[in-house]
Amino acid sequence: MSLPLIVLLPLLGSLIPLLSSNRQRNLNAGSTAILPAVALAIALYHAPRVLAGEVPRFSLSWVPQLGLDLAFRLDGLSLLFVMLILGIGLLIILYSRYYLAPEDSMPRFYAYLMLFMTSMLGIVMADNLLLLWVFWELTSLSSFLLIGYWYKQSEARRGARMALTVTGMGGLAMLAGFLLIGHIVGTFDMQTVLDSRQLIQADPRYLPALLLILLGAFTKSAQFPFHFWLPHAMSAPTPVSAFLHSATMVKAGVFLLARLHPALAGSQLWLYIVTLTGLVTMIYAAYFALLKYDLKGVLAFSTVSHLGMITMLFGLDSKLAVIAGLFHIINHATFKASLFMSSGIIDHETGTRDIRKLSGLRHSMPMTAALAGLAAASMAGVPLLNGFLSKEMMLTEALGSGILGGLAWLIPVLATLGSVLSVAYSLRYVRNVFFGPAATDLPKTPHEAPFMMRLPMLLLVALCVLIGLLPALMVTGILEAAGQATILAPRPELHLAIWHGFNLPLLMSAIALAGGVAIYSVRRTLFSFQRQFPQRNALMLFEYAVRQLLGATQRGIDRLENGSLQRYMLWLIVVVLFLTGSGLLDLTQLKGELPLKPLDGLLVVGAAITILAGLGTAVLHRRRLVSLMMLSVVGLMVSLAFARFSAPDLALTQLAVEVVTVILLMLALFFLPQRTPKESSGGRIVRDVLLAASFGGIVASLNYALLTRSLDSISGYFLANSVSGGGGHNVVNVILVDFRGFDTLGEITVLCIAAIGIYKLLNRLRLFMPSSDSEGRPWSKDLHPMLLATVSQSLLPLALLVSVFIFLRGHNEPGGGFIAGLVTAVALILLYIARGVDWAQQRLTFQYQPIAVVGVVIAALTGLGSWLFGHNFLTSAFGHFAIPYIGEVELATAMLFDLGVYLTVVGATLMILANLGKLTTRHRPSKENEKETV
Amino acid sequence: MEALFATVTGFLAASGLYLALRGRTFPVVVGLTLLSYAVNLFLFSTGGLTTDGAAVIQDGKTHYADPLPQALVLTAIVIGFAMTAFSVILAMRVRGDQGSDQVNDQRGDDAREEKS
Repeated sequence: MSLPLIVLLPLLGSLIPLLSSNRQRNLNAGSTAILPAVALAIALYHAPRVLAGEVPRFSLSWVPQLGLDLAFRLDGLSLLFVMLILGIGLLIILYSRYYLAPEDSMPRFYAYLMLFMTSMLGIVMADNLLLLWVFWELTSLSSFLLIGYWYKQSEARRGARMALTVTGMGGLAMLAGFLLIGHIVGTFDMQTVLDSRQLIQADPRYLPALLLILLGAFTKSAQFPFHFWLPHAMSAPTPVSAFLHSATMVKAGVFLLARLHPALAGSQLWLYIVTLTGLVTMIYAAYFALLKYDLKGVLAFSTVSHLGMITMLFGLDSKLAVIAGLFHIINHATFKASLFMSSGIIDHETGTRDIRKLSGLRHSMPMTAALAGLAAASMAGVPLLNGFLSKEMMLTEALGSGILGGLAWLIPVLATLGSVLSVAYSLRYVRNVFFGPAATDLPKTPHEAPFMMRLPMLLLVALCVLIGLLPALMVTGILEAAGQATILAPRPELHLAIWHGFNLPLLMSAIALAGGVAIYSVRRTLFSFQRQFPQRNALMLFEYAVRQLLGATQRGIDRLENGSLQRYMLWLIVVVLFLTGSGLLDLTQLKGELPLKPLDGLLVVGAAITILAGLGTAVLHRRRLVSLMMLSVVGLMVSLAFARFSAPDLALTQLAVEVVTVILLMLALFFLPQRTPKESSGGRIVRDVLLAASFGGIVASLNYALLTRSLDSISGYFLANSVSGGGGHNVVNVILVDFRGFDTLGEITVLCIAAIGIYKLLNRLRLFMPSSDSEGRPWSKDLHPMLLATVSQSLLPLALLVSVFIFLRGHNEPGGGFIAGLVTAVALILLYIARGVDWAQQRLTFQYQPIAVVGVVIAALTGLGSWLFGHNFLTSAFGHFAIPYIGEVELATAMLFDLGVYLTVVGATLMILANLGKLTTRHRPSKENEKETV
Repeated sequence: MEALFATVTGFLAASGLYLALRGRTFPVVVGLTLLSYAVNLFLFSTGGLTTDGAAVIQDGKTHYADPLPQALVLTAIVIGFAMTAFSVILAMRVRGDQGSDQVNDQRGDDAREEKS
């Protein structure tokens, strides 16, 4: 199917302009135009079928889990917009070629423009709500790039940011609305959604969904009170304004109203919100359009006003109103694009867009004056031009609106008032700029623009006239098809004609024309009236609001994230207390069903020592060495507890780790203050004691509750399969190296990474080394006592032998790689302590980093090895081997894995401790020393 | 026995948390170590408190301690050591680079309030 090509070719086309340089302007513009032209041809190829009422569709599953499909459709509504986007887009490409100054980057401009074109095409052709939203946000992003094209100007940057913020937020609201609709209907498929009107409107979620979607549409189409971004988007290059604010960007909002009309419209809610928003916007913006001095400012507010009119038409509960809205979309696109182009030409040729300076340009640029005059007449609704036709339809529908009950007359009166203002500002645009005496103080001497720059305008104005003269021939087909897609009713029969006889709408049109001229003639009174109000710039207000928001959030963040670790801990603990505490409250009683086990004296004594040592660590914490000694007592008692409760592996590990930890902390303490100064206030101590006590209470209660309840455990499997499946009798070790080997691999990797991190932290670390202890006593001169040195040296081979023994028996008896590695590390560290770093360094010349890394690699390779035999990662094999002189030995690949664990533990522990020890000597770890040793 | 064990765990956790809430690095590291002892004991006890039941398979023996928490705690002990080492050496590095062993960011106004 060629449907997706209509969207994807322009996307591809966004790369084409980047291929040629900025100097080849014709080539650049020409090559850029090719792909959208092809896309337009494809659309036209499908057009006869679409006009006949068919709806070609294309669908490709994209993210089915989210309900997001790459689905496109080309119904009448889509076709209408595709032709506007591509047709006017091609004219804009031509116009920009002459508009852009030589120093502006043309490739960048065209690339942004094509990206924007793609996203607009995506919106109008999307056959899936989520896909529509994706393209919708893409228009916000690409319009940000286009509006901020002259990124060196502060105005452009700020205007772009404002447009992005407003339309982007609207887009997010719209997504929420779409998700609600998706939940109601059960799918995001466009056709299903459109067919589910009754289901949607009966659902209570209809109200929030409608409000959110309307928020998206109103922000995009700059409806009051979200209109303020549009005038500031005028800091964009004029071709961008001509494209975005005539046929595309702002039309996306009204497109959405038309697209979802079958599903959402028809309720009182829709009728009132949409109609009244449109009406208010129409009059409000028309009044301000009359007051602006900037040509583009006039056009911007008139755009807002006309969008308000279209919105109002989509709100009214009448099929012909919808048709009128669609018709006005076409007409507005043609006359507004040509008017923007005229303002660009004037700016280009005179150097200013200020209405107060411009005058009498018809003498110097007669062609532009004629074209702009015709376009402005169409905007004002002068008969024989297309603007007149849709405005007549609008007035007719406003007459028959049937809302507001007894005040129903208000709608046509206000609609006429809007038309009056529209006539007035159109007249001002033409008369002040092109008529009167020729201006003399312009920045440039005005002359006619090149023909090719006027050509797009000429074509558009010709279209205005042709539609105005021959509406039935020109637009009936496409309007009928688009109307069919929008109101889903039997295809509407249209009879567009210029002359409907003398009737009320014609009278209203006449009033509008006469009133407009009248208002124009008294405009100076209006200007001086307006001067009494303070100038309020929406941009300044917006930026003020943004600054306020940022300030408020920053203050909020500062309160939570104030750089105080104590504060963070506090929050963490409070949350933990709340969550676990509330869990405990749900228990009927703390004690579970299991019988309690008896106490014995030894246990009580052990528990008492542990508690006292634990409390001592905390209470005496300001005397750091004492606190550390207390901590080591706790560690030893924990190790004994493991031994007492049938965990020999844990006891051994804890014992070895305890030694290493205490040595580490003592070394660290050497470089840190020996005492903690008294800082905490009494209140702080009370708070922390209370917090700690409640934490301890909850932990103890939880532990007790857990201990007295029986749990279903998966451990039975491990006990049953350890010998048969893992080839080892020590179940703890088999779990570590076999059943849960993958966890262990992760853990030794973490260990290795921590050690490497520590190694880097110690690099080039310079610390003050005290020459005496905290009480001023100098360190002992006997740094390496003879006795310790001799004992440790003779112990080393023995300790190594023990670690090998522990390692080998680990699979069947308590032991294994972790414990053996710690024992080896302790033995080596003892040597460092007894003989000093210098002495040890001369004899142990190898680096520890590679050992740890090799350990991890061995463990990983063991795991990978089982792939060679077609088994899963880390599947172990074992067998019994008869080795001469030693006898029968059971060997398992798990042992190889355990070797990796062993090496990692040795390497990591020594990497930490030996490098820390080196800080005390001239062998400080640093880059230079690294080079020496390598 | 269960109540006694739980009491010990609770006291260790409370002491550890109190230290972890101090304002200087060394007591915080000691507190975290103490807290990790409490956590290890807690985790270990989820398998129940078994006497004379080391999980080493022997013929004819049916009474075994739960080996799974033991395996988890064994690695936790080693990782706990790595964490203690990392945090204490981070503390040394901070003292070396900034000359202070306070845990709070000294730049913020609030942090100064916390100190008092």
